Amino acid sequence: MSVEQDLPAVGEAPAGPAPARKATAAVVRDSLGIGLTVGVSGLAFGVAGSAAHLSVWQTCALSLLVFTGASQFALVSALAAGAALPAAVLGALFLGARNAFYGLRLGPRLELSRLTRPFAAHLMIDETAAVALTQPDRRTARLGFAVTGISLFATWNLCTLAGALGADALGDPAVYGLDAAGPAVFLALLAPRLREGATELKVAAVGAVLALAATVVLPTGVPVLLSIAAVPIVLAVGRTREGDAGDGPDGPAGDGLATTAGRAGKEDLG
Amino acid sequence: MTVWIAVGATALGCYLLKLIGLSVPAGLLERPAVRRSAALIPVALLAALTALQTFGRDGGLTLDARALGLAAAALAAWRRAPFLLVVGIAVLVTALARLIGG
Repeated sequence: MSVEQDLPAVGEAPAGPAPARKATAAVVRDSLGIGLTVGVSGLAFGVAGSAAHLSVWQTCALSLLVFTGASQFALVSALAAGAALPAAVLGALFLGARNAFYGLRLGPRLELSRLTRPFAAHLMIDETAAVALTQPDRRTARLGFAVTGISLFATWNLCTLAGALGADALGDPAVYGLDAAGPAVFLALLAPRLREGATELKVAAVGAVLALAATVVLPTGVPVLLSIAAVPIVLAVGRTREGDAGDGPDGPAGDGLATTAGRAGKEDLG
Repeated sequence: MTVWIAVGATALGCYLLKLIGLSVPAGLLERPAVRRSAALIPVALLAALTALQTFGRDGGLTLDARALGLAAAALAAWRRAPFLLVVGIAVLVTALARLIGG
C-alpha cells in the first residue's frame, strides 16, 4: 500500500515514518475508545432480551449474528409485544437497511479483497462507518474500521451475555423500572439524528404520531412499519414549501454522515 | 421455535444488507433522493418505537411511570449524556415514580 503521499506533509518531519506512527496511534486510540464504550451498551441489550423472555442463548445469538443494535432492540421489543413474526422481522430489517448505504460509501474507500469482504461486511455498522469515513486516507480508514469493529464486537457480545445473565437473576423487570429501558434505548439512538436538522425532527414527530394513532386500530408490529410513511409525507410537504419559497433542494443540515463522507471521499479518492 | 426463526431471518437479512452495500457497484443506489430517504427511515422507526413503548399497553394507549422516566431520559439525551446514562436515568426515574406513586 502506498500511503505516504496521503499523509499531510507537516514541516518536512526528519524521521519519515514518525507522522505515520503518530496517525496510527491516534486512530487506534480513538477506535478503541468508541469500540469499548459503545460495546458496553450490550448490557442494555442483554437485559432487553431477558425482559422479552428470550433465552440467554437467543439473546446472545442475536448479538453475535445480527450485530446491529437498533435492529436487535426492535426485534426483541416486537416479539415481547406479541407482534406477528413477519412484522417483527421486517421492522428490524428496515432499521438494518442503513448499513447497506454505509457499505456503498465505504466500499471504494476500503478497497477490500474478495476474501476479507464477507468478514468486513458483518462489522459494517453505525460506529465503524463513522470512524472509517472520517479518516484521511485508506490505511487509517482500514485500521479504524478494523479496530473499532473488532473491539466493539467483542465488548458488545460479552456485555450482552453479562446483561442477559444479570437480568435473568433479577426477575420481574417492571419492578425495577427496567421496562423503561427499551424506549430509552430507542430515544438515545434517535437523539443524535434529531440534531441533524429540521427535517429529522419533523419525520420523528410525524412518525411517532402515526404509530400512536395506528396502534389503537392495527395489530401489534404494524404501526411501527406504518411510521415509515412519515418520510414521503414530510419530504413531499417540504418540496411543496420549497417550490413556493424558492429555497435550495435540501435543508442546510444536509444528511449528516453521508454529506461529510461525500466531501471526505472527494478529497482523497479524486 | 418461533423466536429462533425470527433470530435466523433477522440475522440473514441484516447480514445480506451489510454485504450488498459493499458488493454492488458504486452509483447504483447513489441517487440523492434514495440516500436521503434511506437516512430518514431509521428516524421515523426509532421515533415510533420510542412513542409506542412509552405510551403503549395491550394494544391501547396509557400514561404511567414510564412517561416520567422517558421525560427525564429525553432531558439527559438533549444534554448529550452518554448512551448508558440516558437508559439508566429512564430506569431509575421510572422505578422511583412507581415507588412513590405506589
